Amino acid sequence: MGTAMDNEAAFARALLDAEAAVPAGIEGREGGGAERRFAVYRNNVHANLVDVLAGRFPVSAKLVGDAFFRAMARIYVAKTPPDSAVLLRYGGGFADFVAGFPPAAPVPYLADVARLEWAWHGAYHAADAEPLPQEALAALVPRAERLALTLHPSLRLVRSNYPLVTIWERAARDGGDEPVRLPAGGEDALVLRPALEVEVRRLPEGGAVFIQALQDGARLPEAAASASAAALAFDLAASLAGLMRSGAVVGTSGSA
Amino acid sequence: MAASVSFGTNPVPPRGGAGLKPEHYRTILDSAPDVGWFEVHAENYMGEGGPPHAYLTAIRERYPVSLHGVGLSIGGAGPLDKAHLSRLRVLADRYEPGLFSEHLAWSSHDSVYLNDLLPLPYTDATLSRVCDHIDEVHDAMARPMLLENPSTYVAYAETTMSEIEFLRAVVRRTGCGLLLDVNNVFVQAINHGFDPFDYLDAFPAEHVREIHLGGHAEDEDAGGAPLLIDDHGREVAGPVWTLYAEALKKTGPVPTLIEWDNDVPAWEGLFAEAKRADAAIAACRTSQPGPAGASPRP
Amino acid sequence: MTYQTKTISGVAVVSAFAAALSIVASAAPAAAEDEQEKCYGVAKAGENDCAAGPGTTCAGTSKIDYQGNSWKLVPKGTCETMELPDGRNGSLTALERDLPPA
Repeated sequence: MGTAMDNEAAFARALLDAEAAVPAGIEGREGGGAERRFAVYRNNVHANLVDVLAGRFPVSAKLVGDAFFRAMARIYVAKTPPDSAVLLRYGGGFADFVAGFPPAAPVPYLADVARLEWAWHGAYHAADAEPLPQEALAALVPRAERLALTLHPSLRLVRSNYPLVTIWERAARDGGDEPVRLPAGGEDALVLRPALEVEVRRLPEGGAVFIQALQDGARLPEAAASASAAALAFDLAASLAGLMRSGAVVGTSGSA
Repeated sequence: MAASVSFGTNPVPPRGGAGLKPEHYRTILDSAPDVGWFEVHAENYMGEGGPPHAYLTAIRERYPVSLHGVGLSIGGAGPLDKAHLSRLRVLADRYEPGLFSEHLAWSSHDSVYLNDLLPLPYTDATLSRVCDHIDEVHDAMARPMLLENPSTYVAYAETTMSEIEFLRAVVRRTGCGLLLDVNNVFVQAINHGFDPFDYLDAFPAEHVREIHLGGHAEDEDAGGAPLLIDDHGREVAGPVWTLYAEALKKTGPVPTLIEWDNDVPAWEGLFAEAKRADAAIAACRTSQPGPAGASPRP
Repeated sequence: MTYQTKTISGVAVVSAFAAALSIVASAAPAAAEDEQEKCYGVAKAGENDCAAGPGTTCAGTSKIDYQGNSWKLVPKGTCETMELPDGRNGSLTALERDLPPA
């Protein structure tokens, strides 16, 4: 009999490895075999974590079907068990895992859909903040050229080489089984929870670069310049209006 | 940052309560059901903000709440996770729960969280470790904790004392209270082959501050012996209600939670179970003045 | 904007900011702002909370969910109905392979 730590380690190893034998010293009823009984724990660990992932990535699951998704998630669980009892944090590496998972290769946009869903989940649980009301925004006009905007803590960007928002929107909707040809080109998504509901928006060209620059602390002229450099069609007024209207602006910094 | 609200002391009453599920947030706020209290799993409220906190705040304004941790790994061989303890403290300070409880189980090893309540051997060594951990929880939380009896599927050859002896010793050494999960008693009894009424008779009923009731699934082990899975996925089973009525005779009226965590029904389904617990508590009040007398078994 | 420079003038920023405010104040979104439309996926009433996913539970499960390392699976999802511009779609024929060790 080893130390308590060794025994616990053996139990944990046997839980995560389906091929492992029941740990020494573990018994069934009246000292009997515990094979089937230990399997209950093994099943609890995996099935519950797969359930967590299926609930967190429902659109990805819909895209590839439940059986495929659960089998894929189960491999992720075995490779990357949670490192915190706060399961809200679990699944941050799932999109990258999907990107490198050979059987999912025929659905090349699947990893980006998973990224969008992880962003959705993060926005859902992010810190709360009050969007600036219109009057407060109007008062900023005179100092706009020196302004850095503080964006909502829930705001997340997901950039994709695939028409991500179109795919997500279509797959998340009920029905929609008729064949469709996806548009060419990528789409960038803005994920935001200004109050209680998470919203997903399709960003115009240059929008993601602009917002990323703002998130990094750039002032409006610098952020606008990098967006214009990235996309000729970048429209500063429209992008600002989009941020204001969606409730993404919660404060300002930068000297008056 | 959200404004800090003070709920004040709002004790959990000796009535039927319900596990709070996100599916039911809106129905509860809209229909204001006459249910005694709600219990939340602490770990589900360890995000920074958003709907979980908004709804829990609104529900806490209307109902007493109990905080039930499921991830502290009190039975673990290693030290408690200090960061997790302080997250629990922050939650308790924010929502001022009338009761706070955790499990006699372990769930983490070496920073891997296994997401299940795993069994521990009952030995002198595990007893002192569990007591040290509970002392640490008491210091960190600045409020008493209740320890819940487990449901298990396997046993340890190295075990040297009964679960009851173990629990009694923990209570004596740490001063913690007990959360008696009656479904767990039944599941244990079937899975390990003992009489659940004997277990109840021996249970230190005077330290029970809360009772849990939940559903289980029926399976069998490799030898064909019945094996019950504590899945909280259905109504409380008939024999568990019988056992509960017996437990109430010993504990007197205590807050009783209905746990329904998998295949969660519409609110009415959960509410009906909580009302049934209410009725059992009322029946126990009329038939018996208090926890004093032992009564004959059915 | 007619041409790009390394910086955008302060005047241009101030006037864009003012223009943004009037777009926001007007009932109808400007044409360009239409591109940042709000999308409806899981935002049907009552679904938001469930979409947060099951969290921590203290229960076991009676659902048996065990798969070995070798599977034969045909993904049966909506990916099959979406054709990419290059003509591929996500439909797979029977997939039978040994997965990387779990």
